[in-house]
Amino acid sequence: MTCKCQDHEELNLLEQFPEKKVLLESYLDSLPLGDDREKNRGFLIQSLHKAQNIFGYLPESVQLFVAGKLRLHLSEVYGVISFYHYFTTTPVGKYKINVCTGTACFVKGSGAVLDELKRYLNIEEGETSKDKKFSLGGLRCVGACSLAPVVMVNEKVYGNVTSKMVPEIISECK
Amino acid sequence: MIDTPDKLYQLADKLNKEKKASTRILISMGTCGIAAGGTPVVEAFKNEVAARKLESAVELVETGCMGLCHCEPSIEVINTADGTSIIYGDVKADQAGAILDAAAGTAAGSRVISRTWYYPEDEENTQCAIQARIVLRNCGRINPEKLNDYIARSGYQALAKVLTGMKPHEVILEVIESGLRGRGGGGFPTGKKWSFAAAQETPVKYLICNADEGDPGAFMDRAVLEGDPHSVLEAMAIGGYAIGAHTGFIYIRAEYPLAIQRLHIAIKQAEEAGLLGKNIMGTGFDFTIELKYGAGAFVCGEETALIHSIEGMRGEPTFKPPFPAVSGLWKAPTVVNNVETFANLAAIFRKGSAWFKKIGSVNSSGTKVFALAGKVDKVGLVEVPMGTPLKDIIFGLGNGIKYGKQFKAVQTGGPSGGCIRADKIDTPIDYEALIGLGSMMGSGGMIVMDEDDCMVNIAKFFLQFTLDESCGKCTPCRIGNTRLYEMLETICNGNGTQDTLVKLKTLSNIIKDTALCGLGQTSPNPVLSTMANFPEEYQAHIKDHKCPAGACKNLISFVINDNCVGCTLCARNCPVACIAGERKSKHVIDQSKCIKCGVCYQTCKFHAIDRN
Repeated sequence: MTCKCQDHEELNLLEQFPEKKVLLESYLDSLPLGDDREKNRGFLIQSLHKAQNIFGYLPESVQLFVAGKLRLHLSEVYGVISFYHYFTTTPVGKYKINVCTGTACFVKGSGAVLDELKRYLNIEEGETSKDKKFSLGGLRCVGACSLAPVVMVNEKVYGNVTSKMVPEIISECK
Repeated sequence: MIDTPDKLYQLADKLNKEKKASTRILISMGTCGIAAGGTPVVEAFKNEVAARKLESAVELVETGCMGLCHCEPSIEVINTADGTSIIYGDVKADQAGAILDAAAGTAAGSRVISRTWYYPEDEENTQCAIQARIVLRNCGRINPEKLNDYIARSGYQALAKVLTGMKPHEVILEVIESGLRGRGGGGFPTGKKWSFAAAQETPVKYLICNADEGDPGAFMDRAVLEGDPHSVLEAMAIGGYAIGAHTGFIYIRAEYPLAIQRLHIAIKQAEEAGLLGKNIMGTGFDFTIELKYGAGAFVCGEETALIHSIEGMRGEPTFKPPFPAVSGLWKAPTVVNNVETFANLAAIFRKGSAWFKKIGSVNSSGTKVFALAGKVDKVGLVEVPMGTPLKDIIFGLGNGIKYGKQFKAVQTGGPSGGCIRADKIDTPIDYEALIGLGSMMGSGGMIVMDEDDCMVNIAKFFLQFTLDESCGKCTPCRIGNTRLYEMLETICNGNGTQDTLVKLKTLSNIIKDTALCGLGQTSPNPVLSTMANFPEEYQAHIKDHKCPAGACKNLISFVINDNCVGCTLCARNCPVACIAGERKSKHVIDQSKCIKCGVCYQTCKFHAIDRN
């Protein structure tokens, strides 16, 4: 592994989107933060949720900003981000395609659907297509087991999906 | 403001005496109901009621999940004069008019669903219903966003009773006597857990509700939080009083936006009404509840990991003892209970522990909610008394297997559980019986499998899940499970030997004995239970290089037989274009290009494709 200290992020999201920075800053300032780092830490996960909601992902500039406000080290913030699946440090596509990987969906053939999506979009699970249009991922049970296997595209739920339906689902993403 | 318990009783009385609309229409609007198209149905009913000027005669109620996942959107039409009701499934927006017109009769062209449950708190089981709903007593019956709906159903009266008439140790004794055990999976007696925390003499203690429902295929906690959030809040306040805590946290998955929204509403309502917060109902007891969000880590269902997550750290478990009841959140005594456990409590205090103990089996009192899914005909949320045979659930409530296939196994306990063979389905369900079958209660996922499911592949699926979710802290789980997964992959690919089986079993037992937390210790269960219950399937993969269920890709091939009429359907649907043939003559699959996706097998209408 090489040292990345000198690498500058392609974009500093905070500078690029000042209005988003204001949103995040006002949220963080509304928290009852103090000098007690352990107490501040209790607000870390919800702050990261908020930040990811605002920016879509959590690049280093955003991590540093949150760390500064909560008086935590960047390494501590990064440690939390890398632990939880929900947080991502890379930008996601316009369409987030998630295949449910719950047991009910699995026994009803979600594996074949995922394989077909990988093949069709030519990306692996967890990746984003080069044109930043599609991200492919797995999703834990959404509780719509009667519709298994389930594919979610952003907020839209497709039920009883077969690999045959893949082109149709993708063509609806315009 | 409800500043005395009397005001609560008076309000409930007043609400129940109010003149009701002659017809109440309950529309199931949980996540699944909405996903299945509930919103346009609600709109259609609103429009039809307005068009017919029935506003005073018909009351529309958007409720949580009724549990009828197989026929969502579902609605229940209640005649409030005599209490009779009709449940409709698969309701379409354009049926709203017909259903309103039908009044007491059944609307033509609609699907009527028979009720398979009774409510032990309100009625006798005169119809011999299989389901008994205590936890789900309000789900699908009240509007979860209206506090008055909950109060009218005796809501917060258990809390009033506890705060005015019982000492904390009496509360704990009542829970111990009810025999209530943790519904999150382990089955530890709830009252006992409370007594450990109550015995600690520190000023600050915490109570946590574990709503990080991560078991894939389980969604009962979500249904309770979406359908009846106040029942959990009320029970948490009772728990807080019993152990001496004034702050409660609900740790909920970020993937449940609707449940989060409804909890926010419920907490605000309860605080404004004086049922939570400072000086609850004027009794001098303070209790506040905060929400904390998970971020997608299954291991955070383990209580020590969950506590670290609330503290804002990586959700890694720590060694017990000390148990959280002694040193938990920020080192204070902490009790962690599951959503379903809490949802039982108000009913126990209203009706008494003796009443609760009468329901269920000897060592497991009460009921259990299961998310019945998989290859079963009627997928849904069911709540049955403990001791109900598996058969009654799968065949009685689930109506058996879809498409007339053969029932093979049922999986309970999620990634920590095991697969139960078809010949064991007369076993009555309780904590001990399931452990005896090599599985466990778990949080309540119940996945039914048929002849097309390969048990080796299922074990591999769960191992994959554990690998993804292992926090990586202890070696047995991090590396041991990786090795288990690799061995299962070898077997699924047809390269396994008898030696692989021996190693698989040995390593599984080592992981069981040495992993740090519950997740790791139970992770080999799917392997051990399938090896014990389906040895012939493992042998078929190893000796014959065959997958009897036809699920392991490397061991199957698709071949077109003489039934082929040359309709070209398979060739047109093949994603890799490996099927060739003239129109109206037999087609051939190019085995070197075939990716074994099975599309041709699914689409052929002439049974012309063999899966070998």
